[in-house]
Amino acid sequence: MSLQIISIILGSLTLASALMVVLSKHPVRSVIYLVVTFFFITSMYIMMNAQFLAIVNMIVYAGAIMVLFLFVLMLLNLNKEVEPMTTRGAQLAAFIAGGSLFLVLITALKDTLILGQSYRDNDSQIGLVKELGNLLFSKYIVAFELTSILFIAAMVGAILLAKREKQIIE
Amino acid sequence: MDTALLIEKSILVVLLFLVSLGAAAYMTYFERKLAAWIQDRVGPDRAGPFGILQPIADGVKMFLKEDFIPAKADKWLFIIGPGLAMFTALITSAVVPWGPKLHLFGRDIALQVADINIGILYVFGVISIGVYGIMIGGWASNNKYSLYGAIRASSQMISYELAMGVSAITIVLLSGSLSLNAIVESQKDVWNICYQPVAFLIFFICALAELNRAPFDLPECESELVGGYHTEYSSMKLGLYLFAEYTSMFVSSAIMAILFFGGYNFPGMSHFSGNTLAILGIAAFATKIFIFIFVIMWIRWTIPRFRFDQLMHLGWKSLLPLSLVNLLVTGLVIAFKNGWF
Repeated sequence: MSLQIISIILGSLTLASALMVVLSKHPVRSVIYLVVTFFFITSMYIMMNAQFLAIVNMIVYAGAIMVLFLFVLMLLNLNKEVEPMTTRGAQLAAFIAGGSLFLVLITALKDTLILGQSYRDNDSQIGLVKELGNLLFSKYIVAFELTSILFIAAMVGAILLAKREKQIIE
Repeated sequence: MDTALLIEKSILVVLLFLVSLGAAAYMTYFERKLAAWIQDRVGPDRAGPFGILQPIADGVKMFLKEDFIPAKADKWLFIIGPGLAMFTALITSAVVPWGPKLHLFGRDIALQVADINIGILYVFGVISIGVYGIMIGGWASNNKYSLYGAIRASSQMISYELAMGVSAITIVLLSGSLSLNAIVESQKDVWNICYQPVAFLIFFICALAELNRAPFDLPECESELVGGYHTEYSSMKLGLYLFAEYTSMFVSSAIMAILFFGGYNFPGMSHFSGNTLAILGIAAFATKIFIFIFVIMWIRWTIPRFRFDQLMHLGWKSLLPLSLVNLLVTGLVIAFKNGWF
């Protein structure tokens, strides 16, 4: 019962901070709300005893990716709150696109477990690093290795793009 | 939840908090005395005998100064910045095993707040969010020097996190566990430094860079950036930034002692048992932390600051490849030992 209450509180806090990402007019504050959202998602993983997933979510999303977001926004100097001009057509297109994404998400998620139910299984070992490692390196080894090759290709590509002009740094 | 456990953990948390803050406060005194000694001066000697009350005087001074917020600053983020810096500096100590088990009131008391089985990943998670305090504070100040400091801090921390992580993976390979407790236990006979001197060197250099300590103190280098990311800060907000730096120095010394120098293990510990062992273990651990702090300070007052491009060059082109090669060699040796060839 108390688990359910905690999960409801966490869920509503996650939703609230996620909403604030969109509603906040200040880009840097939006990013900070996004970091807070990731923290709440991390806490949900911990509730399900998925420790490894939780900490990786924190390192990769809340740590690395959001730091880069913040970095770019700071350099862009969006300090003055400029409202970008949008035409009526663009607004309509955005409405339709967002609405259809919402529809797709709802159909995809309607059969998933109701929040709180999954926490009952909070002693499960499936999210621990040992289980995950065994699965990744036996059952899903091909997918795992292919993903890592993809990442290396992306990294090499990014470095090549950045190095296109020959720079001489002493 | 066991009530006794809850009480025990709460006492431990409060104790850790006080010890971290006390250690950080007295590290400022120690740093000034050490600097004075290296530069052939006397150092602070007015407050109390040998100036021993200097940190308290400094703290009182910090609290009594005018707390100023610049007019063009983002007020909310300006206030949150130092708090975040302090928060991330303090929470790492939750997973540090401070000593062997104590026996008190008929209970085994583990001197560790949370023995999670991904302790080392938790440390890296906290490190990766540790940059927010500096970044947010520096940006919210609305000052070009602060912004420069914040940008330098974040790019430096992102760059050195990689080599640091890769060199820590070798330790995970050696001990076969991500839990800090298991890593310490695996070093009962031989400390990891004997197997992994290169990884330790890389880790130590990266830790200096993550801490923004000299020779990597570019985010706050006063000859270029006035005060760096905390240029606009005054009063206890500035105090929190400085305090956070010393607290993370304390905690990262503890982490280095755990990963490479056996944590609370000490030579000849098999002759002791029970509470004697626990107390000697804590003392050994504290000595190791103290030696690390001393070395970090010694480096600060000896080596001049890097230039920023040199810093990036060192991080990406020397330390990262070196740590990757080290990881590869370690992996091969372990595979060979397990008879995979």
